[in-house]
Amino acid sequence: MVRGRNAGERAGRAVYNLAVAGGFVFMVLPILLVLWLSLFSNEILTFPPDGYSLRWYQGLLGQQQFIAGFLTSLQVAVLATVLGLLVSVPASLALTRLEFRGRQAILQLLLAPLVVPAIVIGTSLYVLFVEIEIATDLPAVGSVVGLSLAHVLITIPWCVRLVTANLIGVNPAIEEAAASLGARPATVVFKVTLPLIWPGIVAAGLFGFVTSFGNLEISLFLIAPGQTTLPIAILQYLAWKIDPTIAAVSAMQILVIAAGLLITDRFVSLSRVV
Amino acid sequence: MSTVTLEAVSKHYGDAVAVARVDLDVAQGELVVLLGPSGCGKTTTLRMIAGFIEATSGTIRIGARDVTNDPPYRRNVGLVFQNYALFPHLTVFENVAFGLRRRKVAEADIARRVASALEMVQLGALAQRLPRQMSGGQQQRVALARALVIEPDVLLLDEPLSNLDAKLRQDVRVEIRRLQQSLGLTTIMVTHDQEEAMTMGDRLVVMSGGLVQQTGSPRALYQRPANRFVAGFVGRSNFLDGRATGSGFVTKSGWQLRADHDLGAAGTLMLRPEAIQVGTGGPNEASGTVEDVTYLGAATELSVRLDGGDFLFVHETVDAGRSRGDRIALTVPPAALVGLSD
Ligand SMILES: Nc1ncnc2c1ncn2[C@@H]1O[C@H](COP(=O)(O)OP(=O)(O)OP(=O)(O)O)[C@@H](O)[C@H]1O
Ligand SMILES: [Mg+2]
Repeated sequence: MVRGRNAGERAGRAVYNLAVAGGFVFMVLPILLVLWLSLFSNEILTFPPDGYSLRWYQGLLGQQQFIAGFLTSLQVAVLATVLGLLVSVPASLALTRLEFRGRQAILQLLLAPLVVPAIVIGTSLYVLFVEIEIATDLPAVGSVVGLSLAHVLITIPWCVRLVTANLIGVNPAIEEAAASLGARPATVVFKVTLPLIWPGIVAAGLFGFVTSFGNLEISLFLIAPGQTTLPIAILQYLAWKIDPTIAAVSAMQILVIAAGLLITDRFVSLSRVV
Repeated sequence: MSTVTLEAVSKHYGDAVAVARVDLDVAQGELVVLLGPSGCGKTTTLRMIAGFIEATSGTIRIGARDVTNDPPYRRNVGLVFQNYALFPHLTVFENVAFGLRRRKVAEADIARRVASALEMVQLGALAQRLPRQMSGGQQQRVALARALVIEPDVLLLDEPLSNLDAKLRQDVRVEIRRLQQSLGLTTIMVTHDQEEAMTMGDRLVVMSGGLVQQTGSPRALYQRPANRFVAGFVGRSNFLDGRATGSGFVTKSGWQLRADHDLGAAGTLMLRPEAIQVGTGGPNEASGTVEDVTYLGAATELSVRLDGGDFLFVHETVDAGRSRGDRIALTVPPAALVGLSD
């Protein structure tokens, strides 16, 4: 009988579904919790809440450090993503399309920021920036450009990974066909390769953006007094007060990232390229 | 269109030799097939002509032009791949127009030439489709149109039919041959399918282990193979070891056969199964026992153990309903003897 024969299989499926559901809950629960907390009316977090309100969101508008932090983070993340892609796309093309000595070494170097603790990167960059300031008299620490350049370090690994993976997925015969039809190498890249992997590039940009937008450790070392990014503003607020304001800020952050994901997904199917 | 000349072209990968000193002359309008088992160097040879693999040594000419060191985009070759390799993000029209745009052809001319190229492969109606919306056979015809529209000096085909099912393969094969002949295209095709090679090629180049074993028309290869490898690769054959005598051949087991031509110093005798006649009535008679019977449709293949000990495959075109253990008499016409030196 079909049912009898499939008993083991069905048990397997049940375990699988359970595991997937478990993983899903594990990931989504904190997000839902934050969204829920942000609506509590109590100033001091208590369960269950006495009531619900939107006052923490209204309060945000008056909190200058969150607005300024959000804007700085946005600027830095956009700049770091664009610069990261400008480095990563050509680098990935070279790494996947050319044969040269030290290819593996360069790939590992570009991916290294994923392995090195961010706090170590932050400290090192701080020392470097201070040295640069001493040597050149240019303000490195505390400038949006300086911070963005630092964030490029953490957007690159994501971009390189995704873009190389997408490049490897392109059938080499397609590029060869273009070459045999008279396309020079640069034309092949612009007319064939890049159009084929652009969903991967968009996804890479998105991942870079999210990584930079949420980064705390590197920014912590490189901002000037009075300057702030959103994660730092959250940290500083938490240092002296715990109320649902933080949950409201986080909710805003989550919404920005979710919007980014959803918009991107409309243009490219993220599950296909990541 | 142009001729193609390879002079002592080799490709080495470290110590491994993929292609060894290949010489080849392809005449204007000729279809030459590179044929051989997997790994014999066919694709490597073709890709050296296209410019994707740098020859270790030797010279490649297209017409009078030495292209040995030219990059692919300057060679003006039309290339068709096994897996079509269409640009997935471009419509059929834009796929075919790609090479013309690289040549800065005027827009009106592009429209006209693309349309006539698509007409040529009977796909005029599908110009606005994307490749993924087409069948494999249609995609391969687009690939053909894309390669032909640039009026290449030479058309290169690497196993163009092997991704297609048997029926389509037949259609596209006929289509390629028709276009090749009507346009007078100088063409080099790679395949490991000997039937495909025999039916399509003006000339065949049989390769093995990076070496050219023999070059010749399908008929020449079939009737006068240069060696045992070629004889075994092109068609079915019987090989009998022994030695040539002044008037014929004597096998190791002592069977004496008379030939009507000189077999030279052959150490192996090759007999095509269909050249052996069932029955008596000639100079080279022998009798034996049927060991196996395989029905092939147009013929029946009999495995025969001769009384002298030799073994032969025989194709009998009349269905005589023989079965295992039957006694049988065979005759080998003197013209059917082919001597091989190895
Ligand atoms: N990049 C490479 N490095 C080392 N050896 C290679 C390389 N490319 C091909 N070869 C070797 O060269 C030989 C010829 O390869 P080629 O691809 O020309 O064979 P082929 O005749 O086209 O075979 P098939 O019918 O399987 O396609 C093979 O033995 C192959 O292993
Ligand atoms: Mg091959």
